[in-house]
Amino acid sequence: MYRRTDEHEPQMDNKLALRIAIFGGVALALFVVLFFRLWLLQIVNGDEYLAEAKNNRTHEFRVSAPRGEILDRDGKILVSNRTSLALQVNLAKLPEEPRERRAELARLAELTHTTLPKLRRTIREELKVAAGAPVTLRRDVGSYLVYYLQENQDRFPGVTVQRVFVRRYPHGTLAAHILGNVGEVNEEQLKEPAYRRLEPGDAIGQDGVEYTYDRFLRGTAGIERVQVDAFGQPTRNGQLASQQPVPGDDLKLSIDAGVQEAGEAAMASIGLRGGFITMDVHTGEIIALGSYPTYEPSVFTRPMTQAQVDELVRDPILAPLTDRAIAGLYPTGSTFKPITAIAALESGNVTPGEVIYDPGQLVVGSQVFTNAGEAANGSVSLVSALEVSSDVFFYTLGLRMWDSGDLQRWAHALGIGRPTGIDLPGAAEGLLPSQHWRNQLFREGETERPWSAGDNVQLATGQGDLQTNPLQMAIAYAALGNGGTVVTPHVGLQVDDAAGRVLKEFAPSPRRHVRMDAGYRETILEGLHDAAQGGGGTSVEVFGSFPIPVAGKTGTAQRPPYEDQSWYGVLAPYPDPRIVTFVTMEEGGFGVEAAAPAARRILEAYFANQLAHDAKAEEGEG
Amino acid sequence: MYATRTRRARPEPFALRPGIAERLGLPYMDATLGLAALGLVAFSVFVLEEATQGDVPGSPGYFYDRQAIYAVVGLIGMYLLARIDYSRFRELRVGIYTFLCASVTLVFFFGFAARGSRRSFDLPFFSFQPSELGKLLLVLALAGFVIDGARRGSARQRTVRYLCLGFAPAALVFLQPDLGTSLVYGAITLAVMYVGGVPWTHFAVIGAAIVALVAIVLVVAPAVGTPILKEYQQQRLTSFTHPSEDPSDAGYQQNQAKIAEGAGQLTGRGDRATQTRLDFVPERHTDFIFAVIGERYGFMGAAFVLSLYALLIWRALRIVTLSKNSYGTLVAGGIAAMLLFQVFVNVGMNLGIMPITGIPLPLLSYGGSSVLATLLALGVLQSIHMQARLGQRGRFAW
Repeated sequence: MYRRTDEHEPQMDNKLALRIAIFGGVALALFVVLFFRLWLLQIVNGDEYLAEAKNNRTHEFRVSAPRGEILDRDGKILVSNRTSLALQVNLAKLPEEPRERRAELARLAELTHTTLPKLRRTIREELKVAAGAPVTLRRDVGSYLVYYLQENQDRFPGVTVQRVFVRRYPHGTLAAHILGNVGEVNEEQLKEPAYRRLEPGDAIGQDGVEYTYDRFLRGTAGIERVQVDAFGQPTRNGQLASQQPVPGDDLKLSIDAGVQEAGEAAMASIGLRGGFITMDVHTGEIIALGSYPTYEPSVFTRPMTQAQVDELVRDPILAPLTDRAIAGLYPTGSTFKPITAIAALESGNVTPGEVIYDPGQLVVGSQVFTNAGEAANGSVSLVSALEVSSDVFFYTLGLRMWDSGDLQRWAHALGIGRPTGIDLPGAAEGLLPSQHWRNQLFREGETERPWSAGDNVQLATGQGDLQTNPLQMAIAYAALGNGGTVVTPHVGLQVDDAAGRVLKEFAPSPRRHVRMDAGYRETILEGLHDAAQGGGGTSVEVFGSFPIPVAGKTGTAQRPPYEDQSWYGVLAPYPDPRIVTFVTMEEGGFGVEAAAPAARRILEAYFANQLAHDAKAEEGEG
Repeated sequence: MYATRTRRARPEPFALRPGIAERLGLPYMDATLGLAALGLVAFSVFVLEEATQGDVPGSPGYFYDRQAIYAVVGLIGMYLLARIDYSRFRELRVGIYTFLCASVTLVFFFGFAARGSRRSFDLPFFSFQPSELGKLLLVLALAGFVIDGARRGSARQRTVRYLCLGFAPAALVFLQPDLGTSLVYGAITLAVMYVGGVPWTHFAVIGAAIVALVAIVLVVAPAVGTPILKEYQQQRLTSFTHPSEDPSDAGYQQNQAKIAEGAGQLTGRGDRATQTRLDFVPERHTDFIFAVIGERYGFMGAAFVLSLYALLIWRALRIVTLSKNSYGTLVAGGIAAMLLFQVFVNVGMNLGIMPITGIPLPLLSYGGSSVLATLLALGVLQSIHMQARLGQRGRFAW
């Protein structure tokens, strides 16, 4: 073999030996570096890295709690829940690189059958409401989309399909204005103490009883900690710990679904904008309350199109979201006369027996006030004045009290033009015109004349500057009906837990008691009864044939520039009323033509129910 | 006979009755080297069994079954190679070199593409990556050229010639593209030249040239708009200086590997090794297997592995000094450098102090080509050792 000569050289080349030694030294140094680095990572800083590793692999998911159900007074479900698959995008998890981000959003737009600009606008708008929360692009997506996303998760980072609870309204529009709606908590609300435990993206009641009783209905979101892999996907058997969501409690309303339905149907059949209320005169429990036009509350459970938003919000005349029964601001016409009557009686400005001659008009200074239709009723007492709705009689009472403030004092005591304490948001305070109010305005230069007798003459018949609504009028009538108790109106009756145990009952104490003479009260009710069911009553053509005795008053309010507004207020049964019903319709003309028939249909529904209840009760006793 | 060399004295083999061990040549092999190699491949199979169960759907044992087969085949190959006189490779240097260049070229035409690079031939049972075996072939051929040309031309001409010989296959591999392996080729070339006696001044020039080249490749070329490296290569090389949060980003991967290592602490996390089990660390069966070991078995496991490598390289360097001829010295030096470079770069990458270059960890990383090539290289080392021992006895066993 070659180079046999050097194969057993005892002395390796010195230079080579040096090189090998250096080689060995370098190798040693490199291993020292590796060992040192290993020791630094694992022994010295191991705790930090361990914490980081643990933090890495867990992800907390919020598990939303189902809201409590909302029931009517008999336990009929008005609002429940359904689960829905919501397509959400978490902006924080989108690619940072603008081009990739754009590409993903474009894919997403295609997936949701929209365009990129529209998608971006949706995201912007949602972010305005709740920055930082995942943006819900679509609700109720099909399961095919879920599978598609799962298979292509790497192409859609930050996009998830969440199972969420949304409200279900089995009766469509029924009681829409009472129920209100649920929406994501917004940034302003998050700062309020009532919502301090919530996070962006959580749902809260935004209107109606959903808003008022949100703290009972809401429940508590649960937390699920799961192990995730590097791509944020939960691992198999990766659940680490969870805090179960606590469902919200159920809310029982004082609403009677049957009566409510009758009221809404009556309003819809006439088709005029307006509102109605039926309330227990003793407790203030609202049995039915509605407004027309109404809307489908379910539209709020999914992202809305601009057209839908416009339809709900932009039309100031139709304004379907407005609850006219509590937020309307209208003059009441003759339905105000019972209030004028009690004020005049109690202040001594008239007696039950006094007869006033009604020639069809009253001249006050330079103003001439005429009866509606310019009819002359001749000599009328209080009872007959209510029966035939003599304006001149009440003009006279208004004139007598024009600067004493008696009419305002009584109207105010009965709740006109002041907060009612109702458990629904958005109720209007209204306006009770008074000497002080107008003179103040005059001093400030807001109006061209101070308070005059004519103002009070107008108010006495519910015309002029008066602004109130069916709710306030119902409270005032209820006080007349129950002997002077000004109730606190409410729709919330009780809160039950999921097992049906009563957690809380709502029976708000009355606002106040007004001392009124029983005889005066009976006189007024007699007049109202005659008006509804007496020979010459204004609404006898509607209520004359009604089997149950009632006490009701029509009203026709002048509300320029609109057509006259139609009103009807009724206490039933006469003479010991249990309920009061008020109906108003914008541009409905004479009260007897539009509002009274609607009121009758509500009463029919109520008493039909009552009869059924009574029959059941008797059976029970038997 | 050199009976005076008492420091290497051991019982004279031929004084014993020739037994099976003697016939197999085992007494002439480096037992420490063999055991270290056996320990590493065995540990590799063990780690793959524990850490990659069920990674390939429908085939729970995919990685460790295959790795075990590669290990057995490789160990047999190592033994057979040990029994051949490595000096024959010197005569075959031109053929070896030609085969090397041809095989790494042919993948461009017949290789199958994986993740944007053509590196391997798809054989019936496994995909063969010629550039892995090429590492050993380069050592064998280059050492031959160095010995052969030792007296031809000036020192400078020789240096240029060696560089060109090493550069050609390195460039071909780089174009596959496989940056890591081409760097290994570079390290081998320099090591063989170093052991072969190329003057220090030449290394100084080469060192300066490398620094300039790196600067051009990483800084100047991208800046003037003619990048030499692919974008991902560039990112990998520079990202260890700036960790990132993006899972698809190289800096993120390296940061996750570092977290995995650190989280292992002294004794390791066992099956709770979430970093490597839940895909936070990518390529856990190949390039980042050291992170798996670090997390699962802690400092004790990782230090054990490093110790085996240190043992391996110590024995390789010892064989450099033992070799009966200069060819053996150069080959052993080249193999020692190949091992050292790969171990340092790979472990350094796992520990966050070296860039991501895609160099497998010898014997531990999953992969038939790498395991076979490394075991064959160790076989060559054994052969050098054996020839030296037999030379002492003055006869051949084969």
